[in-house]
Amino acid sequence: MTGNISKSTYYILMIFSELGLAVTSKTSKQSQSWPADSVGLVTPKTAHFDQPITLQCGRTLLHYQLVYETYGTLNANASNALLICHALSGNQHAAGYNSADDRKPGWWDAIIGPGKAIDTHRFFVVCPNNIGGCHGSTGPNSIDLETSHPYGPDFPMITVQDWVKTQQRLGEHLGITQWAAVIGGSLGGMQALQWSIDFPEQLRHAIVIASAPKLSSQNIAFNEIARQAIMSDPDFHNGHYYSKGSYPKRGVSLARMLGHVTYLSDSAMGEKFGRELRNGNFNFDFDIEFQIESYLRYQGQVFSQNFDANTYLLMTKALDYFDPAEPYGNDLVKAFSRALCKFLVISFTTDWRFSPQRSEEIVKALLECKKSVSYAEIDAPQGHDSFLLKVPRYIRLFTAYMKNIAHEADQLNRTAPSPMRQ
Amino acid sequence: MRPDLQTIQAWVTPKSRVLDLGCGDGRLLHHLTESKQIEGYGIEIDPDNIERCIETGVNVLEYDLNTGLSAFKDNSFDLVIMTQALQAVRYPDKVLQEMLRIGTESIITFPNFGYWKCRSDLLLKGRMPVSESLPYHWYNTPNIHLCTFKDFERLCSKSDIKVIRRTVVDAEYRNSALMRWFPNLFGAVAIYHLAKR
Repeated sequence: MTGNISKSTYYILMIFSELGLAVTSKTSKQSQSWPADSVGLVTPKTAHFDQPITLQCGRTLLHYQLVYETYGTLNANASNALLICHALSGNQHAAGYNSADDRKPGWWDAIIGPGKAIDTHRFFVVCPNNIGGCHGSTGPNSIDLETSHPYGPDFPMITVQDWVKTQQRLGEHLGITQWAAVIGGSLGGMQALQWSIDFPEQLRHAIVIASAPKLSSQNIAFNEIARQAIMSDPDFHNGHYYSKGSYPKRGVSLARMLGHVTYLSDSAMGEKFGRELRNGNFNFDFDIEFQIESYLRYQGQVFSQNFDANTYLLMTKALDYFDPAEPYGNDLVKAFSRALCKFLVISFTTDWRFSPQRSEEIVKALLECKKSVSYAEIDAPQGHDSFLLKVPRYIRLFTAYMKNIAHEADQLNRTAPSPMRQ
Repeated sequence: MRPDLQTIQAWVTPKSRVLDLGCGDGRLLHHLTESKQIEGYGIEIDPDNIERCIETGVNVLEYDLNTGLSAFKDNSFDLVIMTQALQAVRYPDKVLQEMLRIGTESIITFPNFGYWKCRSDLLLKGRMPVSESLPYHWYNTPNIHLCTFKDFERLCSKSDIKVIRRTVVDAEYRNSALMRWFPNLFGAVAIYHLAKR
């Protein structure tokens, strides 16, 4: 009985913390008392680009904007700049709080902040929302200036290569000719890999976490189910739901529920929910009975309120298309041969979405073309989501690696007027 | 620096590509990078050691020596080093072959079970030897495949491995005339430089 109560209490606490109600902390964020290791209040910035960009799909965006956040201060010769690439459902808000009322910090607040693994006392951190996104950068829900309507499903298909190109332009716009590191988890890690191939001179380190060199058939299958969930929702209207005043809430919710299952490990889910029943007894109906059902529905529901369906479709396609080896005769070694940076690759034992074997494919190819690489497989029970969490060994390792980069950045700042390598 | 590592350093060709199996905290690779400008990688499974390697900027790969070596292509390194780990792997003969598949040459160090102290522990005390270079008890030792120098050299000749050179030292990594005359009796640790025949 006691076990049941404490588990339910834990469960309720978790739901509340997901809702952003800081039940565990008595300090109210409204008083602006951010934790000491938080970057605090952050205001997103916007960069407009009028130089047309031709995308991998062959179509051209005549102009676009990128919304981004920055933390920390750029040093004199811009040698301490880090680019953070977000994953499938991420955005520019990686750390800190956007308003005094925010209950939850940015998505990578466990990693970015003063004294954290990515120490904002030492680095200038840039995190953009990728094009195709739905948090301010040009995407399906932006107004197409040619038609004065939202792009909707007519927004061009976007690839990781396209994102890297736009991120490079953002770097130029900010006066950064070489990133100290390009860093990302999952789909973000894929962008870091693409950076090392497409702009080899413009980064010194690539940090690739819980990622893969391309999607497996199973990965694509999961994405396709997610897309079908959205596209078969009657409220989807072939992507033109904006003008119909509707939104495929059920489809997006389903897609997120499915995604969420792949982000957690069987053991993490078992640990959290087991076969626990909401009311203690079987109801013999199709309402929520098991706590895991309640949790998933809740996750889906919250997500569907904040995420554009067309963006979700685009992001899953970008994942499917990612294959940096393809232009190099499907030879990953040949693709990585272009790279000049050093690599840190990290995987998590219970990640089955992008398992350690997928990271090892990356490491193997890097070794074959004699690149400088370190690899760690972190023992963590939380599955794919581990990369977002304060897993102690992961944090220590990440911190150690970043300290070296910071030291390198300091030295470059002292010695050369230009931070260009070689 | 530990004297055995000093010996190894003297045998390493400058600017070579070096893989260190069971690299520990990366000390040897770090040193070889500074003194010989090598391009080094270490393999390690202990999380604390991996962290030390990262701290000192040594490339380290979290692979298990018993299973992870297949990730490396034939002749992809000039030199493969393994210090004090041969006796702890599951199949020393296979690891030895793997070392010379991946590297053109190998340097390997291991404790000598034929050392006089080991022999006297068994002969006079009737107990499994516990010494400076083998500090564990039989029930908690990671050293599951102990051998003598003679045993090792026999395995080398059976596996078509050439011994380029050999140095024998005591537990404090000192060398003496006795060790040169009767290495298998007075040497506690051996450092072998090997190549394919």
